[in-house]
Amino acid sequence: MNPGERAPDSVSRHSGAASRLAETLRSRDALLALALVVLIGLVATRAPEFASPARLAAVFNDSAILIVLALGQMLVILSRCIDLSMAANLALVGMIVAMTNAAVPEVPIVVLALMAIALGAALGAINGLLVWKLDIPPIVVTLGTLTIFRGIIFLVSDGKWVNAHEMSPAFKSLPRTEFLGLPVLSWIAILAVLGALVLVNRTPFGRALYAVGGNPEAAVYTGIDVGRTRCLAFVAAGAVSGLCGYLWVSRYAVAYVDVAAGFELDVVAACVIGGISIAGGIGTVAGALMGALFLGTIKNALPVVDISPFWQLAISGTAIIVAVALNARSERRVGRIILRDAEKGA
Amino acid sequence: MSMAGDGPIGAEARAGAPHGALGEGRRRHVPDRLHGPLRRLLGSWESLLLVVAVAIFVANTFASPYFLDPWNLSDATFNFTEKAMIGFAMALLIISGEIDLSVAAIVALASTMMGLAVQYGAGTPALVVIGLATGLACGAFNGLLVTRLGLPSIVATIGTMSLFRGIAYIVLGDKAFSGYPSSFSWFGQGYVGWVITVELVLFAVAAVIYGFVLHRSAFGRAVYAIGNNPVAALFSGVRVPRVKLVLFLLTGLMSGIAAICLTSRLGSTRPSIAFGWELEIVTMVVLGGVNILGGSGTIPGVVIAAFVMGLVTFGLGLLNVPGIVMSIFVGLLLIGVIALPRIVRQLIDSRTARRSAAKATVRADRGEARS
Repeated sequence: MNPGERAPDSVSRHSGAASRLAETLRSRDALLALALVVLIGLVATRAPEFASPARLAAVFNDSAILIVLALGQMLVILSRCIDLSMAANLALVGMIVAMTNAAVPEVPIVVLALMAIALGAALGAINGLLVWKLDIPPIVVTLGTLTIFRGIIFLVSDGKWVNAHEMSPAFKSLPRTEFLGLPVLSWIAILAVLGALVLVNRTPFGRALYAVGGNPEAAVYTGIDVGRTRCLAFVAAGAVSGLCGYLWVSRYAVAYVDVAAGFELDVVAACVIGGISIAGGIGTVAGALMGALFLGTIKNALPVVDISPFWQLAISGTAIIVAVALNARSERRVGRIILRDAEKGA
Repeated sequence: MSMAGDGPIGAEARAGAPHGALGEGRRRHVPDRLHGPLRRLLGSWESLLLVVAVAIFVANTFASPYFLDPWNLSDATFNFTEKAMIGFAMALLIISGEIDLSVAAIVALASTMMGLAVQYGAGTPALVVIGLATGLACGAFNGLLVTRLGLPSIVATIGTMSLFRGIAYIVLGDKAFSGYPSSFSWFGQGYVGWVITVELVLFAVAAVIYGFVLHRSAFGRAVYAIGNNPVAALFSGVRVPRVKLVLFLLTGLMSGIAAICLTSRLGSTRPSIAFGWELEIVTMVVLGGVNILGGSGTIPGVVIAAFVMGLVTFGLGLLNVPGIVMSIFVGLLLIGVIALPRIVRQLIDSRTARRSAAKATVRADRGEARS
């Protein structure tokens, strides 16, 4: 059973494939998928080639980093926290990895990637420990670490850029390398989605995330360590931020202080559009995936339909507001259904 | 969500905020100020801050010979006056349990609208009206999203933050507006007398008004009541949605005023104007002792925090420390001031726990000896 779907009891009451199909169609994920298809369709009316498989694959590849980050952010938001430091974490790890590569080109890329993950996880652990051990509100912690991480990038890099010619060819080519027709970057996003599906739906940690976010008080009584679960979510978000740090600087072949500045809000936006409740406990991997794809599609579609890229910020802002408004309405409906059922049962 | 948490209306016990660190089953005390012996030692958070401010002032005096120059000090106030004016309204908003992350975007949009009006030949009075009206309109939009649609303010204002700044980008693109009338420069560049800037006077007036509203008016009591327990406030006759709407309007208005000052001071508008201010303003408010979960905080605290942040950035600037490195200090300050009371409290808690455990053992030993 997918914990993100609402009202599982209503599914069990009307048994049968037809009603289950209707339930699926009414779910938020289906609505979102529909919105995504409509969006692509609208763009295709202006530029038919946009809907070709090759172009869609390119859009997916372009959204890959956002997808991976959104999955990490989802874990944090599910546990009723938020991580605003992901983009700064990404930029800091990206800078360190790029500087390492520029200084010692002999270090194998796999080692660098693992180093990026470990560094990112360590930075995430700082957030997690502050939230767990000192009980500081996550938004304050990550606002603080966001500015601190950005400042540290300046300290380690001395404000200088690491440019394409300083990076080794292997460092730059990995995300682009084709494998079974898709670039490695896309494969990493696919693996991240599969990994998140297993983690969220098939492990005790995943169940604990929903429990902690849904009702922290109740989670304690079921024997879940709320602080520890949240801390682990932050570590996971940090680890994917670190990985994306390497992917970002190698894909764009440049590292500087303001890499991915403001991207933390895109990541939160992807989650919110994907129907992940900022109040915790509600959300699916598919939602995060489609939220990120929605933003990625808009970004790629704007130049195609001849709209200035300066519109992108306002459009994603509107998308966030609409998505939150829709989420708030459907979440309220859940409450009513449960109450009515309880009345009937009594 | 347990908005109707188990905390009584009181400064320190408050459970359940949308994004609170509410956690395990035991009752939480969110220490917004120190308790017990330490409190007696240090007095209030505000006096502790004041000591910090004086220490930074003295340190700066020794660090740079240029620090004590009155004109330099006057220039230094620009580091915080505009942000602090927004900070006062933000303090009330945070005390009521909400937050507005779109303030910097409102500044950008208001500045853009004023720049647009200049292109059509608007004079200074019209510019001021446009700046204030844009701020109020944005504040009303935020307020209606939160009070009418019931959206959590943190996400709603992340959305409007993109929307407002996005509109500024649509209007301006990569261009800039300039050519403001010379009389308009009075707000950001004018002096009332000697080294006292117009902005400093505006800052002082705003501080007095907000201090009065929060600490001496029924509206201020309502703000505290909502922050401590919105449901209880509602049942005691506070019109919670209306108060919150007014707070969002005030925050928008103050952002409009800050936009007028900033635009007047810079003399030009780019869509990236005031970028990242929202974080600095929240930091200032939290540093001033306002509980990020709502329910407590004071305007004098925010005033002192504004001076602390202004002095730190100005002092570091005199020492040629780049702005981005200063942000490390700001970040450390933000986490540090919240972490410190908690660490102290945990230490005290563990010591009293150990002491009572020791007493219990002693008692048990005696009991055994008697029997």
